[in-house]
Amino acid sequence: MSKTKKKTFLLDFEKPLCELESRIDQIKTLAEENQVDVSAEISQLEIRADQLRQEIFSTLTPGQRLQLARHPRRPSTLDYVQAISDEWLELHGDRGGYDDPALVGGVARIDGRPVVIMGHQKGRDTKDNVARNFGMAFPGGYRKALRLMEHANKFDLPILTFIDTPGAWSGVEAEKLGQGEAIAYNLKKMFSFDVPIICTVIGEGGSGGALGIGVADRLLMLEHSVYTVASPEACAAILWKDAKKSDRAAAALKITSWDLKELGIIDGIISEPSSGAHANPVDAAVKLKQAIWKNLEELWQMTPQQRKELRYQKFRNMGRFEIVEAQ
Amino acid sequence: MSSLFDWFANIRKTEPAVQKQQEREIADGLWTKCSSCNSVAYTKDLQANQLVCPECKYHNRVDSDERIKQITDAGTWKPLDENIHPIDPLKFRDRKDYQARLQDYQSKTGLTDAVTTGTGLIDGLPIALGVMDFRFMGGSMGSVVGEKLCRLIEHATAESFPVVIVCASGGARMQEGMFSLMQMAKISGALQRHQEAKLLYIPILAHPTMGGVTASFAMLGDIILAEPKATIGFAGRRVIEQTLREKLPDGFQTSEYLLEHGFVDSIVPRTQLKKTLTQLISLHQPFYTLMSPLEQNNGHHSEVSEKV
Repeated sequence: MSKTKKKTFLLDFEKPLCELESRIDQIKTLAEENQVDVSAEISQLEIRADQLRQEIFSTLTPGQRLQLARHPRRPSTLDYVQAISDEWLELHGDRGGYDDPALVGGVARIDGRPVVIMGHQKGRDTKDNVARNFGMAFPGGYRKALRLMEHANKFDLPILTFIDTPGAWSGVEAEKLGQGEAIAYNLKKMFSFDVPIICTVIGEGGSGGALGIGVADRLLMLEHSVYTVASPEACAAILWKDAKKSDRAAAALKITSWDLKELGIIDGIISEPSSGAHANPVDAAVKLKQAIWKNLEELWQMTPQQRKELRYQKFRNMGRFEIVEAQ
Repeated sequence: MSSLFDWFANIRKTEPAVQKQQEREIADGLWTKCSSCNSVAYTKDLQANQLVCPECKYHNRVDSDERIKQITDAGTWKPLDENIHPIDPLKFRDRKDYQARLQDYQSKTGLTDAVTTGTGLIDGLPIALGVMDFRFMGGSMGSVVGEKLCRLIEHATAESFPVVIVCASGGARMQEGMFSLMQMAKISGALQRHQEAKLLYIPILAHPTMGGVTASFAMLGDIILAEPKATIGFAGRRVIEQTLREKLPDGFQTSEYLLEHGFVDSIVPRTQLKKTLTQLISLHQPFYTLMSPLEQNNGHHSEVSEKV
């Protein structure tokens, strides 16, 4: 069962590793059946598998990282919420007539401390994905998120957001309900909250739809997640006039966690298990929780004024230009 | 593509040499053809009418210099941060180097980037004004647009000026990657501080206002004005058509559509814009600034209200 699933979602660059791993499994089973000791051979093969894993995952192209960030088995917001919290209660609705299943949120307790968590939610299978609109939120989703953030601010609870969306939904209904206004208003309001805000890109950070819950005191990224101004496909279609040049666009746009750390866009990278978060979700969640907790402890040392000033200055300093003195 | 300049450029390429002289005269500005109804108007008349076609009332595109003249009182404009120039932080190259693109647009438009900012008076009232210019890479928002608008808003907050921003942009500038996306947050943050100081902000949505500009400062006005028939939206029309594979409703993403759905306060013809802005700004002046100098010297407005 699990094997067939694994096969369905295998990315090209994962194949050699997966083949080697399944061969090791085969040998193990055969050896057990025939009661032969092959432990020396097995450990050699396992060392080889480790090397291969290292090789593959340390030399991924930005295009391959994009595939990994969109991996169908990559843990989603609700997966992480379940894994890191002791208690969790999902809250629904934007109080304006809509409850968006693509952007979920609620109250949770992590290691005894209550927090408010929200994030984009992709589906776990095709049916679920259709219901959740592939994690592309409507204006109502952003308004629900805002309502939950205001709730957090009122009760002095830290805000944790998980970013994982191809982008905000582009459709007639979304335009009619003010997609631009909903995102814009969140951006502005997020600068006003007294409580600590930590945003983590867990998969795909797609443009304005990601930023709509992305104004943070600390902006973190899981190692193999990406954050883009426009999807590499759209960028390729517009700038190269050829959507198939998306690999080149992905490289040119600087979308990986390392690139964005170097450019000063994000504050930290959360390392993932060696074959990516989807290969070991439990381990990934542990690392995520540790990183959030470490940052939260630092933020708690500050006054609300200090945090707001820090938040403002952090975004204020983003941008590259030069001052040319007049001759 | 619909720019007047492009149109003339194409004509020059294709027309025979004899007609060239005549076309150049038009290009030099004696006559101007309306880009909507094709009627030809004497350029000076058209300019006197603020580039609104006298025939069909179409609002032809206005460059930033002209727009500043239309809004501010003559001789009061003081530009800010003219020395901020764009760079190429990602060494971005699509079919052409970003650096080369920038130079092309700079020499073509005489601008450094897609926004001009400064202060001036509007019927005697001070304002901080930012004007985007669609001619410069489609008015796209990169680091320079973000930085200049932030400095403008911060200056206005410090001086207690209202902010007016004329929006005309296709959205974020992809060549600057995540730096351009983050300008949305940066400008919104500056506007939050301007708002906390209880100051007035009015964006004017001109054709077109799209993408990251719509999803940030264009939609954050205390009062939002739009020019007639401007295209305003978050996602581009083609993107929506491709995802939905259906025809879009008539008038979708126009100023009139946004007014109908509650996202702009008023559609103001360009010829009425200065008057409307003056009216709005004077209606929102803090009470104490309306008092006589003598009363102002007596102290802060809160003390005055205590006396009352």
